[in-house]
Amino acid sequence: MTTAIHTDDLHVYFEKNHALKGVTMDIGMNEVTSIIGPSGCGKSTFIRCINRMNDIIPGCSVKGAIMVDGADINDDDVDVVNVRRRIGMVFQKPNPFPKSIYENVAYGPRLHGVTETVDGKVRRRKHTKEELDGIVEHSLRRAALWDEVKDRLDKSGTSLSGGQQQRLCIARTLAVNPEIILFDEPCSALDPIATAKIEDLLVDLKKDYTVVIVTHSMQQAARISDKTAFFYLGDLIEMGDTKQIFERPQKELTEQYITGRMG
Amino acid sequence: MAFKIKREGRRKLRKNKHLPPQEKLIQLALFLATWSSVAALAAVFGELLLGAFPAFTSIDIIDFFTGTVWNPSHPMYPLYGILPLFVGTLMVSFGAALIAIPIGLGCSIWLAELASPRVKAIFKPAIEVLAGIPSVIFGFFALVILSEWIAAVFDPVTKLNALNGAIMLAVMMVPIMVTVAEDAMNAVPRSLREASLALGATKWETIRHVVVPASISGVMAAIVLAFGRAVGETMTVLMATGNATLLHFDMLRSVQTMTAAIAIDFGEVEFGSEHYHVLFLVGLVLFVITFLINFLAVWITKRFKEDY
Repeated sequence: MTTAIHTDDLHVYFEKNHALKGVTMDIGMNEVTSIIGPSGCGKSTFIRCINRMNDIIPGCSVKGAIMVDGADINDDDVDVVNVRRRIGMVFQKPNPFPKSIYENVAYGPRLHGVTETVDGKVRRRKHTKEELDGIVEHSLRRAALWDEVKDRLDKSGTSLSGGQQQRLCIARTLAVNPEIILFDEPCSALDPIATAKIEDLLVDLKKDYTVVIVTHSMQQAARISDKTAFFYLGDLIEMGDTKQIFERPQKELTEQYITGRMG
Repeated sequence: MAFKIKREGRRKLRKNKHLPPQEKLIQLALFLATWSSVAALAAVFGELLLGAFPAFTSIDIIDFFTGTVWNPSHPMYPLYGILPLFVGTLMVSFGAALIAIPIGLGCSIWLAELASPRVKAIFKPAIEVLAGIPSVIFGFFALVILSEWIAAVFDPVTKLNALNGAIMLAVMMVPIMVTVAEDAMNAVPRSLREASLALGATKWETIRHVVVPASISGVMAAIVLAFGRAVGETMTVLMATGNATLLHFDMLRSVQTMTAAIAIDFGEVEFGSEHYHVLFLVGLVLFVITFLINFLAVWITKRFKEDY
């Protein structure tokens, strides 16, 4: 297994509240890693560290190292914008922009443009219309949404159903071509059919991306993930192959949680 | 569901016949409170119409709207051309809008998106207090201090001029704009900002492409509302602009607005005279203008509404 993300003694404080208490963890490349645990255990806080989303919360401080590609992305000198480009995130509640479906997907590429090297010089230019069309179609196809929306790309993203909105949000994230995608309880607002579609999609995405998903559903973690990590009260209690975690947990807390005696 | 549709079809709420008397009394009081404000508005409009009506017969209404000279107190040949006043009002209020819109927008964006909560907790109330200062105070400031500054910088034809009024009005417009526009921006859900930031957008890109478009209806309404206030403002412009009634387009010369003309002339006009009724007509024009502006604000709010 190649490591995509390595966190070293990661602590998070909200003002005086110690929300994450020294998490050291390896997340494998091209795998689906689930993070489970009861509410308030720090699982969302943890993945929001990985693309520096906690930066925008006043009073939040993150201590420790998060190594991605050999560089510590938690360093003060790191360009946060660049980190978030490489590490995408899909949120709990589908949050499409109040723009057309097309514009939702094109949003990221439009911002970043194309960086290309011409005669040894690095230059940035805008996408052509054809390139943008291609990215939008490819991303929507990849998110298994293309067939449902191809005839109404100009309709508002908010007019879609909840499950479609969430897949639109995934397409939007794919359009900027990240290496890692973080999912923060992506199915908690969806019905079982929409959830199944997203789950299939996640498993398919791991071929090209590293996927980390926070979920409150142990069944979901068991269905889709290669590795599972169990958090409790800000500590990483146990991490291992999903099968092992659910069949032969090593720690008593883990066993209590997965057997429903706690949580 | 059929039950619901039937209810909507009747468009009437089913009444409870067993309400206690004090409940009925309270409902009646609330009903009267609402109607008294509507009635007051109707009374004002009616009074304006009645007062202005005789003017329709005594002066040529086309001359009134196209006349370039406002000289109502001439003993033999009074002239009632509204254009100098109308242009005066437009110069002062558009000038004010030109200054106030960028400042007000910048201020709203900074408060809504960039200021730390602690700073915001001081600045927002401070700006709202600015909106509550009596206009005569602003007028006084324009008359005594601002006009001197303008004189020092621009060397104007007259010390009290359109620019003086415009700057002072801009100061009064900003708080109204900020209060409404900042609320609109605040109402944009945090999840949309997070979505944008998570795609690698910078803060400014997020403001420009997500927050402002999503709140544009509120922001436009804020601008129109503030503009309406500027058009209707009387005391400040009366004190600041010098009240010369010549038609010109020079911001550094004195102008008189419609509001100021009414306020000044009404003090000395003979009751029931032609001039008296013409002033009502000017008031009616003003009423229609501000009504249209408010109507525009409502229309814009609906037209540009983005669902989120």
